[in-house]
Amino acid sequence: MHSLLFYLFSFLAVAGGILLVAFRNPVSSALSMVLSFVGLAGLFIGLNAYFVGIVQILVYAGAIMVLFVFIIMLLDLNNEEKVKFRSSTVVLGIVIPLCLALQILGVIQSQDTKEFQPITEETLAAAAESFPEDGAIHKSLAHEKTPKLPDTNLIGQQIFTHYNFPLQVIGALLLVATIGVVVLSKRTAKTRPTDS
Amino acid sequence: METLAWIILGLPLLSAVTIHLGLKSSKNLSAYLATGSAFITLVLALIILGPETENRAFEWATIGDLKIEIGLQLDSFAKGMMIVVTGVGFLVHLFSLAYMKDDNAKERYFCGLSLFMFSMTGIVLASNFLMMFMFWELVGLSSYLLIGHWYEKDSAADAAKKAFLTNRIGDFGFMIGILMLWGITGTYTFDGLSEFFDGAHPKVLVPSVTILSVSILLIFMGAMGKSAQAPLHVWLPDAMEGPTPVSALIHAATMVAAGVFMMARLYTSIGVDTIGHLWGMDTIAWIGAITSLLAALMATQQDDIKKILAYSTLSQLGYMVMAVGLLDPDAGMFHLFTHAWFKALLFLGSGAVIYACHHEQNIWKMGGLQKKMPITFLTFGIGTLALCGFPFTAGFFSKEQILESAAHSKQWGLFAVAALVACLTTFYMLRLFFIAFLGKNRSDKANHAKEVGPLMFVPLVILAVLALLSGYQFLADNLSPLYNHEGFHVGAPFIASISALVVGGFLSWKLYFNAESDPLANNGLFKIFRNKFYIDELYAKLVGYAQDTVAAIVHFIDELVINGLIVGGFSRAAGGIGRIFGRLQSGNLQGYAALFGLGVILVIYLTVFVS
Amino acid sequence: MASLNEFLFVSGLLFAIGLAGVIIRRNIIVIFMSLELMLAAASLTLVAFSRYHVTDNGLPDYNGQVFVFFIITVAAAEVAVGLAIIVALYRARQTINVEDLNSMRG
Repeated sequence: MHSLLFYLFSFLAVAGGILLVAFRNPVSSALSMVLSFVGLAGLFIGLNAYFVGIVQILVYAGAIMVLFVFIIMLLDLNNEEKVKFRSSTVVLGIVIPLCLALQILGVIQSQDTKEFQPITEETLAAAAESFPEDGAIHKSLAHEKTPKLPDTNLIGQQIFTHYNFPLQVIGALLLVATIGVVVLSKRTAKTRPTDS
Repeated sequence: METLAWIILGLPLLSAVTIHLGLKSSKNLSAYLATGSAFITLVLALIILGPETENRAFEWATIGDLKIEIGLQLDSFAKGMMIVVTGVGFLVHLFSLAYMKDDNAKERYFCGLSLFMFSMTGIVLASNFLMMFMFWELVGLSSYLLIGHWYEKDSAADAAKKAFLTNRIGDFGFMIGILMLWGITGTYTFDGLSEFFDGAHPKVLVPSVTILSVSILLIFMGAMGKSAQAPLHVWLPDAMEGPTPVSALIHAATMVAAGVFMMARLYTSIGVDTIGHLWGMDTIAWIGAITSLLAALMATQQDDIKKILAYSTLSQLGYMVMAVGLLDPDAGMFHLFTHAWFKALLFLGSGAVIYACHHEQNIWKMGGLQKKMPITFLTFGIGTLALCGFPFTAGFFSKEQILESAAHSKQWGLFAVAALVACLTTFYMLRLFFIAFLGKNRSDKANHAKEVGPLMFVPLVILAVLALLSGYQFLADNLSPLYNHEGFHVGAPFIASISALVVGGFLSWKLYFNAESDPLANNGLFKIFRNKFYIDELYAKLVGYAQDTVAAIVHFIDELVINGLIVGGFSRAAGGIGRIFGRLQSGNLQGYAALFGLGVILVIYLTVFVS
Repeated sequence: MASLNEFLFVSGLLFAIGLAGVIIRRNIIVIFMSLELMLAAASLTLVAFSRYHVTDNGLPDYNGQVFVFFIITVAAAEVAVGLAIIVALYRARQTINVEDLNSMRG
C-alpha cells in the first residue's frame, strides 16, 4: 500500500471521528461517522482485505448509517443539544483519551515493527500449491493471466471449516435481536396510551 | 450386546423423564409406558444373558490423575442380577397396574418406579465404585419418593424421611470407604481392583492391611444402610408405609439387596483370599447374624402383615450379609437370588390380601381367606414354605448353602444363630399364615374379600413357580448372579435346618392354629419383641438429647457471637460504607464513562508499565 | 510503505476519539455512534494483524478477518436493538439526553 494512500485514508478516518464528536447536529455526526468508516474501509482494502472493506461500507454506510439517520429524523432531534458542552466533561473527555492514546503509543514504540510485504504474483502462485487443484481458490490463485487473491473464498473456507459453531451462534443472535427489536417496539406501542 | 445394555440402562430413564415431563395428565398412558419399558428391559436382560462381554467405558471427567469413567460391567454376575431386577421389576409393574388402578397420583408412582429401575440398573451394571455410588444415591432418592408416595399421610412422609436420613449415615461411610480404597489402590474400577490384588502376595499388603480393612468396613457401612443391617435397620419396617408393590420391589427384592450385591462385587473384585487375610471381617458376619436374630425375634410379635414381612426381609438380609462375612459371597448371592423371588411373591401376595380386605393390614382381623382367595392362598403358601426353607423349595437350597458355609468355616456361634433364626422364621411365617388365611373370618372386611383379578394373580403365579424352582441347578446355573453348585449331602447343616423347620412349625401350630388372639401377647419377654427392643425409642432419646445439647450451644454462639458481633458488625459496616458510596451513584452516564476510562488507563498502566 | 505499528496507532487514535465522544457527548445517539467507532477501531487492529501475520502458505492469516466479519454482524444486531431501546426510551421519557436520564441516582 502506498504510504500516501495510507495517510490519506488514515486522515479521513481520524478526521471523521473527530468531526463525529465535534458536530452538534446529530445528523452531521452520523455523516461524519460514515466518512470515518469509508476511511477505515480504504485502509482495509489497502490491507488486501477486500471483502471486509466492502462489507464495512455496505453494512455501516449502507445500513447502520441509514438506521441512525432514520431514528434521528423519527425522534426529530435536529434542534436538540443547543446547549454548550460542559467544560468539566470536555476537559475529562480530552485528557483521558489522550492518556490512553499516549499509553498505546508507548506500547507500540517498545515493539519491533513489521514491514509491509506486498503480495506478488509469485506468492500467489506459491500459495496455490497448498490448496486442492480443482477448487475455486486454487484456480483463482493460479490463474494464468490475472492471478487474484480470492479473499472472500478464503474467509468462507475459514468460517465453514473452523468457525461452524460460532456461525450458528451468530445466526441465533441475529434471530434473537430481530425478535427483541419487534418485542421492544410492540411493548411500547401497547403501553403508550396508559403512559400519557 | 453392549448397545443392548445401554438401552437397558437408558430406557427406564427415558420412561421416567417422558412421564414426568409430558404425561402428567394421561395417567393410564404413563402406567402402560412404564410397564412397557420394564417389559422391554426384561426381554433385553434375557437376551444379553451369557458369558462376559467386552465393555468399553467412556470418560466422564478427568481431575488430575483421577479419571472418572462411566462404563458397564457386563459379566455374568451383573447379568444374573439384572434378571432379578428386571424380572421382579416387571412383575411388580404388572401388579401395580391393578393395585394402583384408582390412585390419583398414578403417573407420579410410575415415574418413581421407572426412576428406580434406572437407578437400580445403574448399580448393577456399574463398572466402578464412583458410578455405583451415584446410582446408589439415586436409588435412595427413588426409594424416598416411593415410600412417601402417599405423602398426605404424616406417617408416610416421616417414614420416607427416616429412610433417607438413615441411609445417608451409611452412605457417608460408603463414600469415605471408596475414597480410602482409591487412596490405597489408585483405582476404583472393579477391573482395576482385581488387577491390583490379583497375584499380589498378601505380605505385600502388610503395611496397609489395617487401612484396607478399615476401608472395607466403611464400604460395608454403605451396605448396612441400604441393606438395613443393625444398627441402621430402623428405616426398613417404617418404609412399609409405601404402596405394597413398592415394598415388594424395593424393600424386599432389589434395593435392599443392593448392599449384599455391592459387598459381593467388592469381594469378588478384591478376591476372597485377600479379604481372608484382613482383620475385622468377622464383624460383618456377626452384624449380619445379629440383625438376622433381632429381626426374627421382632417379627414373632408383629400384627401388621407387611411389618412381619419387613422384619423377615431384615432377617433374611442378615443371612446374606452373614454369608458374605463368612467369605462365601456365592452363597449370599444365591440366597439373594432365591429370596428375591419368594419375598416379592410374599409381598405381592400380602398386597393382594390387603387390596381384597380394603386396606386392612392387621392379621388378627383377617382369617379364613383360603376359601375366599384360593389362588392367593396357594401362592402365598408356596412363598411361606420357600421362606421357611421347606425341603426342595428354592429357599431350602440357598439357606442350606449359608449354613454349610458357616459350618465349613467352623464358626459354630454363627451356625447356631443361623439355625435359631431358621427356626424362628418358620415360627413367625406359619403364625402369619395360620392367622391370616386359616381359621374363621374375624372381621367384616375379611368376610367381603374376593379373589383378585388376573393382572394381580398372574405375577403371583409366575413368582410362585420361581419360588419353587429357582433353587434348582438348571435355573440357578443360568440365571443366578453367582452360583456355586455343590452336591447336596446330608450333614450337620441339613439336620439343623430340618430340625429348625420341625421345631418352629410345631410351636407355631401349637400356639396359633385356630387361635383367636395372641397367647403370648402378655408375656414380658415378647412385649420387648413387640416393641422392637425399644431401639426406636432409644434412638429418639439419644438423638433428642444430643440435639438439645448441641442446639443450646449453637444458640448461645448464634445469639452472641454471630448475631451480635459478626452479622451485626458486618451489617453496620456495610450500611455505613454503602451510605458513603451511595453518593458516588450520581446516575450520570458521562461521569461513569469518564471513571471507566480512568480505570482502563490505570489497568493498562499497572499491567504494562509498572512491571 | 506503512508498517504494522502505524496501523495500530491509527486504530488506537480512533479508539481514543470514540472514548472521548462517549465522555463528552450527552446525546445518547451520538454516544452510541462513538461506541460503533470504538468497535471499528478494534476491527482495524484485527485486519492489520491478519495482514501482517503471514501464514505458512504465504497468505494473510484469515482468522482475524473472520473475527471482523463476526464483529460487524454483532455490531449490526447491537445497533438494531440499541436503537429500538432508544426509541422506547424516548417514548417513555421524551428525551434522549443522558443528563436527564438519572433515575439510577443513589
